Amino acid sequence: MPEHTFRVNGEQVTVDVADDVRLLWVLRDILGITGPKYGCGINVCKACTSHLNGKAVNPCAIPVKDLRPSDEVTTIEGLPATVGQELHPMQRAWLEQDVAQCGYCQPGQIMAAVALVNRVAAEGRTITDADLDGIRNICRCGTYVRIRQAIRKGAESM
Amino acid sequence: MTGPTDETIGRRRFLGYVVAAPTLVAAAELVPSAPAATPAAAVSPEAAAAAGLPSPDLTELLDLNDVMTAAALPTSNLISVEVGTDGMVSFALPRAEVGQGITTSTAMLIAEELAVPLERVRVTLADARPELLFNQLTGGSNTTVSTYTPIRVAASVARLRLTQAAAAELGVPAAELRLEGGAVVAPSGRRLDIGALAVKAASASTRQVSVELAPRAGFSVIGRPHNRIDALAAVTGRKKFTMDLDVPDAKPTMVCRPPTINGKVDSVSNLAEVRAMPGVTDAVVIATGVAVRAETFGQCIDAVRALRVTWKPGTAAGKSDESVLRELAAAELPLGLRPPTPTVEATFTFHFRGNSALEPNCAIADVRAGRAEIWSALKSPIVAQQAIAAKLGLPVGKVTVHVTEGGGSFGRKLFFDAALEAAEVSQKIGKPVKLMWHRADDARQGRVHPMATSRVRAAYLGQTVLSYKQRHTSVSTDLGHGLGEIFTALAARLPVGDVGFSQTFFHLSQAMSYDFGASSHLLAETDKDFNTGSMRNVYSPDVTCARELVVDQLAARMGKDPYRFRHSFLRDDRSRAVLARAAEAGGWGRAMAPGTAQGIAFHAEYKSVSACLVEIDCRPETVNRTVRDAVTGPRVTKVVFAVDVGLAVNPRGLEAQMMGGISDGIALALTSSLHLRDGYFLEASWDNYFYTRQWNTPLDLQVIVMPSTSEQPGGAGELAVAGSMAAVACAYGRATGTMPTTFPINHGTLSFTPKPTVPPVPPSPTDGLDHAR
Ligand code: FES
Ligand code: FES
Repeated sequence: MPEHTFRVNGEQVTVDVADDVRLLWVLRDILGITGPKYGCGINVCKACTSHLNGKAVNPCAIPVKDLRPSDEVTTIEGLPATVGQELHPMQRAWLEQDVAQCGYCQPGQIMAAVALVNRVAAEGRTITDADLDGIRNICRCGTYVRIRQAIRKGAESM
Repeated sequence: MTGPTDETIGRRRFLGYVVAAPTLVAAAELVPSAPAATPAAAVSPEAAAAAGLPSPDLTELLDLNDVMTAAALPTSNLISVEVGTDGMVSFALPRAEVGQGITTSTAMLIAEELAVPLERVRVTLADARPELLFNQLTGGSNTTVSTYTPIRVAASVARLRLTQAAAAELGVPAAELRLEGGAVVAPSGRRLDIGALAVKAASASTRQVSVELAPRAGFSVIGRPHNRIDALAAVTGRKKFTMDLDVPDAKPTMVCRPPTINGKVDSVSNLAEVRAMPGVTDAVVIATGVAVRAETFGQCIDAVRALRVTWKPGTAAGKSDESVLRELAAAELPLGLRPPTPTVEATFTFHFRGNSALEPNCAIADVRAGRAEIWSALKSPIVAQQAIAAKLGLPVGKVTVHVTEGGGSFGRKLFFDAALEAAEVSQKIGKPVKLMWHRADDARQGRVHPMATSRVRAAYLGQTVLSYKQRHTSVSTDLGHGLGEIFTALAARLPVGDVGFSQTFFHLSQAMSYDFGASSHLLAETDKDFNTGSMRNVYSPDVTCARELVVDQLAARMGKDPYRFRHSFLRDDRSRAVLARAAEAGGWGRAMAPGTAQGIAFHAEYKSVSACLVEIDCRPETVNRTVRDAVTGPRVTKVVFAVDVGLAVNPRGLEAQMMGGISDGIALALTSSLHLRDGYFLEASWDNYFYTRQWNTPLDLQVIVMPSTSEQPGGAGELAVAGSMAAVACAYGRATGTMPTTFPINHGTLSFTPKPTVPPVPPSPTDGLDHAR
């Protein structure tokens, strides 16, 4: 079987799996990294949101063969290390606002939020209601209002 | 916490147990607390009739929670609080945590009684315990109502034993000791950690112990807002759901499902070919389709798509929204002769809705010769255990059912469809499986909230409402998950006459909160061809929405303001207080721009009362805003929700439950439904089924938890759905000048292109990198 090499949460990994297996299943079923969740498998629900080289991506829509050895995949498990802390400021904001209910969507929500804040900051502006309205991540427990509050809080300390 | 004043404000004594064990185990029977005696509860229907009281409401005599708790009485068993030598307090909750925060509120009850920090309370979910019978069912917003007292009694017994052990150890009278921060503290300041006392406080024999519970005036944990104990696990990705569990060799498994609801496999032409696909280990026909097992779920998806299956027709062959509506019309119970007085009359339609959680149906099964082990988030694990044992041909005692943390439920996890399938597959192939439904499966073959209609007629004269009649007609709701047993067992004791289970459930959950003269609401059900189930709040959102819209019409006919009308017709102070609070905090009556409006609604259930005020924007520029693959439509801009649950154990958790319920209510009123056509539901994606998203979320939300009015908590998990749905509908009617009669209001517009039904699941996309942002 073909080998694929890339980086996950700061470590180089090599997996032996067919070219077209999507990254989500490589992470979950082969590497045992279960933070990114399955909610649709077609890049709609955003429960699997993770980062590729610092940008939000949906691993359910990325064939593993698309990754290069230098590509850095960050899942919720690796997020704190990107800022060299025990928890990322966005995770702390999530705790402060007590956002999670069942929690199933929350790894994806947090990863999407961090990428959004970084993007908005790169554009030299602060988060607007329109930015928050544009987040597509489903939360079937309906925690949207606290998510909005947490993102604004988290952005302050990022 | 002992003091002379406590006696005067009524400490109550309860019996608990200290259980024979090497370290301290204190227990109590999982029995109901006595329902708070309200004046209404003391009035029999006959007495009420004799007194000339208008239509005494069944829910005032006995509500759903009383039935669920009362049903548990003769069969309950012990629940126990254990103190370990490490100073940790453990408790296995016989309920399912699916996001509603009951592990946190349970830990708070124990922390309160034992005076330990919350971090030292470890709450896990109990495996199926058949001896608990129907007392291990999570539903009806009943968890806190039914476990509140037993958990506190068990913790209180532990407290007593720890204090006694410390007294012997320190040579200080027990009365002079207090518990604080996980230690027993003597007047001298000397502290003994409860971990150090765990062995000494243990008992060699099981004995009954009498304890008294503190009244709420003395609480320092209960009633104070607390963040969730599982929050850190959730935000770090460490929280483990069923599919995250590492059960040896339980490989990914999915099922190729029929193109119509409940279709069956006729034949498969390429099983051998599919078995040879990359990563695939097994492919086998089961009752519900063709199961495939592979190294990864991605390869399962490919295998499901590759299967060539001929299908037999399903149970709803040829049916559509229109044909089901005709069935409902035919099944509707008559309203009787129209009275000679003026009336308001209206009929409302509520379309099918999905109760999928974000975590799809899933389960792990390891079936071996003579035994089986199951892992799944189950709200009725005992029924699941019995059904799985029957399916596998095993004695119940040979089936171990582990209850895992659930990624949402909304009624879905009352059923165990995936667990039953996983067990069947594992038995057939002789290997462990981790079975997951694709999202498309979950939407198309999963449980739904049945389509229903509600016809209402209210007669009035001058400023008096003379009568209110509601005829709710619904596709049958499958309640066959154990709740049924409770009602069957109790039906004879209920003042509802000879009616079936769902009627009983309907009656018990529908309160008539207004003084509307002679009132009656009846349920008729028809058509068992669909996979239905209770969806968060079951009948109440639809029934309440219809009623509140008619209430607005009545107010208009009488020339009264909708808020003041409700206030004057509500029956009790507690209801009026919650309504007034919402109106005041929400600025009821403020001037609103054309195309925008306020709406207000009231809902009582589970011994709780709630009122919701919303503001909606129905102006074209808002309604027509565009978001890719989305339903935008009217925007709820503000929600103020006031709630009185009697005693709020964790106000922060209660606020969270209200917030979630409001998201549901908005979706039910405006955007979320399933479209039935040719025997299948068109929806197969979260971008087809329009549950509330960020672009539909109110920008301004205020939840007001009313000061506690009772020593007993009421239900909360589902409470907000009905009131918020109704308030959104009322606001929409006032903003547009037309009362909405079909829900959700956008159902008539199909806002997506339906995905094919063969193969049953869509292909996995390959363009993920193009969307990095
Ligand atoms: S699972 Fe990847 S977006 Fe839904
Ligand atoms: S917290 Fe349950 S889906 Fe978001």
